[in-house]
Amino acid sequence: MYRYDEIDQRIVDERVSQFRDQTRRHLAGELSEDDFRPLRLQNGLYIQRYAPMLRVAIPYGLVSSAQLRRLAHIARAYDKGYAHFSTRQNVQFNWPRLDEVPEILAELAEVQMHAIQTSGNCIRNTTTDHFAGVARDEIVDSFVWCELIRQWSTLHPEFAYLPRKFKIAVSGSAADRAATWVHDIGLHARRSAEGDGAEQGAGVDGAEQGAVGFRVIVGGGLGRTPIVGHAIREFLPWRHLLTYLEAILRVYNRYGRRDNKYKARIKILVKELTPAVFAHKVEEEWSHLKGGPATLIEEEVRRIEGRFTRPAYARLPPRDAFLEAMLAADKAFANWHRRNVHPHKVPGYAAVTLSLKRTGAAPGDVSAAQMDAIAGLAERYSSGELRVSHEQNLIFADVRASDLHALWREIKPLGLAAPNIGLLTNIIACPGGDFCSLANAKTIPVAEAIQRRFDDLDYLHDIGELDLNISGCMNSCGHHHIGHIGILGVDKQGEEFYQISIGGAQGADASLGKVIGPAFARERVPEVIEKLIEVYLAERESEEERFIDAVRRIGIEPFKDYVYGTNHQTPRRNSRQLAVA
Amino acid sequence: MARIIKHRAVIQDNWQLLEQESGGSLPSDGDVVVPLELWMRERDTLSSRLGHIGVWLQTDADPSTIAQDLARFEVIAVRFASFTDGRGYTLARLLRERHGYRGELRAIGDVLRDQLCYLSRCGFDAFALRADQNPEQALSAFDDFAEAYQATVERPEPLFRRRLQPDPQRKAA
Repeated sequence: MYRYDEIDQRIVDERVSQFRDQTRRHLAGELSEDDFRPLRLQNGLYIQRYAPMLRVAIPYGLVSSAQLRRLAHIARAYDKGYAHFSTRQNVQFNWPRLDEVPEILAELAEVQMHAIQTSGNCIRNTTTDHFAGVARDEIVDSFVWCELIRQWSTLHPEFAYLPRKFKIAVSGSAADRAATWVHDIGLHARRSAEGDGAEQGAGVDGAEQGAVGFRVIVGGGLGRTPIVGHAIREFLPWRHLLTYLEAILRVYNRYGRRDNKYKARIKILVKELTPAVFAHKVEEEWSHLKGGPATLIEEEVRRIEGRFTRPAYARLPPRDAFLEAMLAADKAFANWHRRNVHPHKVPGYAAVTLSLKRTGAAPGDVSAAQMDAIAGLAERYSSGELRVSHEQNLIFADVRASDLHALWREIKPLGLAAPNIGLLTNIIACPGGDFCSLANAKTIPVAEAIQRRFDDLDYLHDIGELDLNISGCMNSCGHHHIGHIGILGVDKQGEEFYQISIGGAQGADASLGKVIGPAFARERVPEVIEKLIEVYLAERESEEERFIDAVRRIGIEPFKDYVYGTNHQTPRRNSRQLAVA
Repeated sequence: MARIIKHRAVIQDNWQLLEQESGGSLPSDGDVVVPLELWMRERDTLSSRLGHIGVWLQTDADPSTIAQDLARFEVIAVRFASFTDGRGYTLARLLRERHGYRGELRAIGDVLRDQLCYLSRCGFDAFALRADQNPEQALSAFDDFAEAYQATVERPEPLFRRRLQPDPQRKAA
């Protein structure tokens, strides 16, 4: 965890006082709804379909046991006993009372938490890889860079009223687990190769070989105009990170469209100017800021690093005999281990995903009792902290291999051991029409119906890796564009319908899904998903070929034909596969 | 005469603001803030009249168009059609930091108590609040936050550099 110093704490405390006064003036009629709205949004407070919704920041998804207990307390004392983890690695309360929100914020500030910039047209919570700090393919610990960006973006006076919201994602490792290509800004940590500095005309940057820097991607995004971002700089030496971000934000703030909120994201500006012209404007702006006072210094990076608590790892053997015995003896445990346990850079340790995707529970929802229990388990099994993933699950990052079986036995009765990470039932979904006033359609019952249809674990494992994402409207909070299968709620003459796309993906080979055809009524969705799976199973060349790979190879036509009945034949396993079988 | 906030105090303001297309009757003396377009068109006439001169800009103005004239203005005003128009914040920083403008920089239009802290950090030092606002009550807004992480016009060094300095300097900054 990053631990606040006295200045960090004072800023958060002052924000609570400021918001308390704003709320008081609003309730006293001194601050109109129009004048209050942008202020409350900058503090994560929406007025939702049934009640206000308060979104609390979990910077880059990292949260301590003490903080989680406080969230559980807030869920009990101010809400209906549960909370919802979002795809922004944040947590949302759906039923707080407006006049109690300042009190909630004060309770959060006591455990170094806040709701600053979790909504509104400003720089939002910076997200990253949920395996930061423990991944084997790590280049840098992205938490440190995210915290530097958090401080820079927190209450930034120039960028509080941007044309639209602004999201930054950082990947610190070779694999991109932070969906960086579909963010307003995506940053990939890199180590400089020979020529990186010279190529960019940046000889004075001190980009000595092996130095840390970032590839800078701009203009990606989901929403109603999904776009994969463009790399405008292949290597930015770390010292220049903040001045370069400042240059991008400034160009966007000056020239981004403000006449139409659907065309106000930076991706539209980048598209309209072209990435090359946008990049040129950024470089021009940056030429004035480069080397200025906001240039990062090594002391600061080290100071931030030093304020993060780190687990004290024991020296453990790389293989654990007890774990291996349990894996051999217990098939259910082995299934869970295969899907929900991930490699760790320190021998004898593993990272574990606690699935919030059990059938019957709304994706990302967690009860106060579960939060308390998880907080206790994190203390006993994983150094007292955990991460929220953008797939809406929770991660214990530092579990001893020898403890895995015991942890699994403890999380099973809590409903957190669904062995479905990376599988079809690990559905990403926004809260949808049950809660959100923007939604065209419900998402939670759709997710549940799909989970019920695919409740056979062996079948699920046979289908293999598959991301299924659901959004209740074009705002795409459920990231449906980058689901291998994406489902989007649409409104057809007042009825809830669902449009289905396939072929989207996150990660290094990010792509956007293609719509297969006209939307379906809700009750037909599980059957359509099943048909898509049947086509895949019939067409795949081997078990190694994932759903997404098959879609990329054969295109969407065979899926479309089968689903819409232009081809009435049941797909049959192809000959190659039969031959193998 | 209006009351405005300047340098964190409420004062009486003597400047006349000339609207965009006012029909052209420029007062023959007295201090006047003219629209940018009028300044561009009649720079010389305006410079030779009695009284001080200021210019007001829309938030989308390009500050480099008046970069050569900055020393002639006692006041530059930026008019916010809405307080959520963030371009005015960038414009202020560019005038101060890039072009070195030292005179009064005034926020006018839809300017409310709750934006004063950020506006001031971006370089505004005078504020003609929206008519329904109480300037005396708004003064406390400047002290909403004692510190800022970022480099700002008020404190050109970001917090992480100021942390390295000995305490007294930090307090003086």
